[in-house]
Amino acid sequence: MEEVKLLGFWPSPFVYRVIWALKLKGVKYEYIEQDIFNKSELLLQCNPVYKKVPVLLHRGKPISESVVILEYIEETWPENHLLPEDAYERALARFWIQFHTCQIPSFHAFFGLTAGEDQQKTIESVLETLKILEEQGLGDKKFFGGDSINLVDITHGWLALWFGAVEEMVGVKLLEPSTLPRLHAWVQNFKQVPVIRDNLPDYQKLVAHMKRVREMLVPQV
Amino acid sequence: MADEVVLLDFWPSPFGMRLRIALAEKGIEYVYKDEDVRNKSPLLLQMNPVHKKIPVLIHNGKPVCESLIALQYIDEVWNDKAPLLPPDSYLRAQARFWADFVDKKIYEFGRKIWTTKGEEQDAAKKEFLDCMGVLEGELGDKPFFGGETLGFVDVALIPFYSWFLLYEKFGNFSVEALHPKFIAWVKRCMEKESVSKSLPEQEKVYDFVMFMRKKLGME
Repeated sequence: MEEVKLLGFWPSPFVYRVIWALKLKGVKYEYIEQDIFNKSELLLQCNPVYKKVPVLLHRGKPISESVVILEYIEETWPENHLLPEDAYERALARFWIQFHTCQIPSFHAFFGLTAGEDQQKTIESVLETLKILEEQGLGDKKFFGGDSINLVDITHGWLALWFGAVEEMVGVKLLEPSTLPRLHAWVQNFKQVPVIRDNLPDYQKLVAHMKRVREMLVPQV
Repeated sequence: MADEVVLLDFWPSPFGMRLRIALAEKGIEYVYKDEDVRNKSPLLLQMNPVHKKIPVLIHNGKPVCESLIALQYIDEVWNDKAPLLPPDSYLRAQARFWADFVDKKIYEFGRKIWTTKGEEQDAAKKEFLDCMGVLEGELGDKPFFGGETLGFVDVALIPFYSWFLLYEKFGNFSVEALHPKFIAWVKRCMEKESVSKSLPEQEKVYDFVMFMRKKLGME
C-alpha cells in the first residue's frame, strides 16, 4: 500500500507547493499539522538537518526541501507530467524553479519593510526580480508550463496569495496590472486552476498570522 | 551531427569545476572558455542574461545555466556512461538534498571565513566545521557519497577542496586534524583523473585571492 504523509504548517507556501503537486497527481496522503514554534519529535527525526516543513514521508522514508520533494513526486508518480519531457526544456524549467531562491533576500526585506530610505531600494529590488520573472520566465505564455501549470508555476505559486498578504501588511502594492501586467494575469489564471482554487489557506487568517510573525521579527514596527 | 559543447567558466570557480569533472567522467569533448568575470564577454551576457554568471554549459548553441542544473542535464543527455544520479528515486532525492546543502552552506560559510573578521568570522568557522561533521555523518562507511563511485554529491562538493588552503589560513584551522574522515574522502576523489585534472592547485587559488584582496583594497 502506498503510504504518503505530509508534515506541514498551514501558513507555509512551501508546504502548499507539495499539496498542489500531490493533488495534481491524484496522490492520497495524510496531512499532519506541525507546530513550528514547538517542534515535534517526528519533525526533528524526519528533518534533523533543517528541522523545517514540508517533509514528505513515503513508505516511512522522509524527504525534505520542497523543491527536492517536488522532483521526487514528479518521478514517483509520472501521470500528469509536471516537468517537460525534453531534457533541455526540463533544464530551463529547473532554472526558473531555482530563480525563486535568488528572490528570497529582497522579499525578506519587503516583509520587514519600514519607512525610511531603504524602502525605495527594497521596492525597486523586488520589482526588478519580478520583472525578470515576468519577461524572461513567463513571456507570452498563459502559465510557466504553457497551457497548463507545471512545477515552475507551483514554485512561484506563493505570488498568488502570500505575496498579496505581504503587500496588504506593509501597505505597498507592487503586483499590479500597471506594473506587471503578464504576471498579474498569471496570478488570476493560476488561482482559477481547480486544484489551486480549492487548496489555499484562508486569506484573512494568513494576513493576521504574518502580522504576528512580523511583530516577532521586526521589533521596531 | 556531432555534439558541440562549450563551457564558459572561470578557473577558480568551484561551480565551474563541477562541470569540468562531469564532462571528464563522461568522456565528453568540449571547448573550455575562461571568462574574465570582471570584464564579462558578450557571449556570457547573451548566454546568461538573468544572472550573468559562470558556469554556462552551451550544448549545440543552447545555454544551460546554474551548475547543479547543468550537472543534471549532462547526466540525462549523456546517460550511457558514469551515471551521477542513482536509478532509485528515493536515493536521487537524497542526492539532490545533499547537493543543495552544499550550495546553501559550504560556499557561504567558506566565503565568510576569508572576508570577515572577529565574531562573524568565528561564527562562520564554526558553521563550516559543523558542516564537515554533518557531511562525514552522511558519507558514513561509503567510499563516496555516490556509493562505490563518484556521484552527484561528490561532484558538487569536491571542488571546494581547492579553496581549503585559503579557508584554513584565514580561519587558522586544519580540516584534516578536525575531520580526518572528510579528508580521506577528498583523497579518494583526488585519485580520479577527472577530479585531479579539474581542480586547480590550492596554492594557485590562495595566491589569486590574495592578489584580488590587495587589488580591491581589502588588506
